[in-house]
Amino acid sequence: MARKITYQQAINEALDQEMARDKSVIIMGEDVAGGSGGDGEMDAWGGVLGVTKGLWGKYGDRVMDTPISEAGYVGAAVGAATAGLRPVCELMFIDFMGVCFDQIYNQAAKFRYMFGGKAETPIVIRTMYGAGFRAAAQHSQCLYNMFTAVPGLKVVIPSSPYDVKGLLIQAMRDNDPVIFCEHKVLYTLEGDVPEESYTIPFGEANIVREGNDVTIVTVGRMVHQAMEAATTLAKEGVSCEVVDLRTTSPLDEETILESVENTGRLVVVDESTPRCSIATDISAIVAQKAFGSLEAPIEMVTAPHTPVPFNGTLEDQYVPSPGKIADAVKIVMGYKA
Amino acid sequence: MTANLSVEDLLDAYRTMKTIREFEDRVHVEFAKGGIPGFVHLYAGEEASATGVGMHLKETDKLASNHRGHGHCIAKGVEVKGMMAEIYGKKTGTCHGKGGSMHIADLDTGMMGANGIVGGGPPLACGAALAAKMKGTEGIAVVFCGDGASNQGTTFEAMNLATVWKLPVVFVFENNGYGEATPSNYAVSCKDIADRAIGFGMPGEIVDGHDFFAVHTAFAKAAERARAGEGPSLLEHKLDRFFGHFEGDNQNYRPKDEVKRLREEVCCLKRFGAEVTSNHGVDQAQLSAIDSEVATLIDEAVAFAENSPEPDLSDLTTDVYINY
Repeated sequence: MARKITYQQAINEALDQEMARDKSVIIMGEDVAGGSGGDGEMDAWGGVLGVTKGLWGKYGDRVMDTPISEAGYVGAAVGAATAGLRPVCELMFIDFMGVCFDQIYNQAAKFRYMFGGKAETPIVIRTMYGAGFRAAAQHSQCLYNMFTAVPGLKVVIPSSPYDVKGLLIQAMRDNDPVIFCEHKVLYTLEGDVPEESYTIPFGEANIVREGNDVTIVTVGRMVHQAMEAATTLAKEGVSCEVVDLRTTSPLDEETILESVENTGRLVVVDESTPRCSIATDISAIVAQKAFGSLEAPIEMVTAPHTPVPFNGTLEDQYVPSPGKIADAVKIVMGYKA
Repeated sequence: MTANLSVEDLLDAYRTMKTIREFEDRVHVEFAKGGIPGFVHLYAGEEASATGVGMHLKETDKLASNHRGHGHCIAKGVEVKGMMAEIYGKKTGTCHGKGGSMHIADLDTGMMGANGIVGGGPPLACGAALAAKMKGTEGIAVVFCGDGASNQGTTFEAMNLATVWKLPVVFVFENNGYGEATPSNYAVSCKDIADRAIGFGMPGEIVDGHDFFAVHTAFAKAAERARAGEGPSLLEHKLDRFFGHFEGDNQNYRPKDEVKRLREEVCCLKRFGAEVTSNHGVDQAQLSAIDSEVATLIDEAVAFAENSPEPDLSDLTTDVYINY
């Protein structure tokens, strides 16, 4: 039975159901319970935004508060994953990858390959990304492109409550390291989510809106910006197909290429900065593999090549907006060879 | 008892501590009213720590800070109006509204920045100390870390490096009992962070961080050692914060009434006032005069911030190497 719950509740439910099903699943991270060892309430925070709230009460020691020591506990989670546990490790903000990246890209990502296929590293690193909270330059970045560039990692960027539950359960059952990127402004988004446990396979994009004139490929929070632009454009007679990648590694090239072959035009929308991004990656793939189908040059809508500004007016300008996406669609529609 | 502090010095110390307290109490109020965006981490309760250290620092000395950086900025001489405007995200702010509370920096006064990354500061302070040493400026660097950052690998590496290179740097750990919502007695592996100093080959000392005089005396020794080329020191200031980890934190991980009790029992300003009026020839009237002076300054800072312009949209793509 589906009912409406938030993105945040869907994550909590996915963790809860999988922890009940599989005793090897553990959670660790900074304040994932909160209050450990103190004289106040235990499970005080349940994660900085309350996403894991209540799980400590059900699973006790399987929900572990960590010191603020990302290299230490992320590395420990990686080690535990090679030794029979299935840790879901929370990196509070994706920006903090800087202090623990070695454990992710030199260690976790490489074990299976380096060790001749003899190692499995079933770790999920849940992490919060994205702008919109006035959280400034070190708590607002969109860094999934950096993880996507690393062989051995899987990168998941869910856009809806339904997707976040199914993809997170899939991630916990996957035997490779998964970087699970949750946009901070999506936590309060409500949507239909089945009560029962279910999985969504990796590498299968979701066509969230069908259309014939332009393909908009996007992911994460930008799916919603693109949908808003598509709704506006439909009133002006432009039919957009919106493709939600769901995962950037593995990447569903087939769906992207089929869509572009149908529409002949591509706009890629990516909250990352413009260089070496998902936008440039998708554009390169389409330019290489569907060149003959293109009726206009590809447009990319990204953040500017700057850190995320603190000031709200500037931050709003920073994030790709429905207006900018619509403008890009109009450019590809108006192109004359 | 700390040596050689004139009445004027003591009044300066009080002015700094009071400015920090009023600044933070006011930011707390204005944040609740909705005037201040983003993440704000307040320093109220810890004023004696920044002030007792800051009084030993010359403008050419460097200070690296952390999330809870407003007090360090004020003690290092960063101008209060610019700070307030920065916290409001205005163009007149110390960083033109691009940094905000977590990234206030003012290199002109040697303030290397608050920092949004736990453990971000210690290696930077080592670098500043290395520059001072290589240039022969006799300058020193100080880094303020919380008990949380005392567990970061970057902090350990920085402390090791500081001894290996005999750097003029002081590591000040402000142990307020909580790293975010997790008590330090859970997250720190030893009873006292000061004990870690021995493993890194430097002196370590526990200091009552609510006592300005204790802080001032302990840092005098550490600064002297650094300036004499004898290398780094570690100080652990035991103190308390009067607000949550960030504004909006309901602090349910703390015992009920802990903050109320702390404000009554360990307020560094009350303690300082009692001490200097009883034993150092300071009049209550002099302190009261500073109170009004500071109240006016903070009012002016808030008015300045509120009335300042937003950055221009074109500011989005300035101050960065290249645009795409």
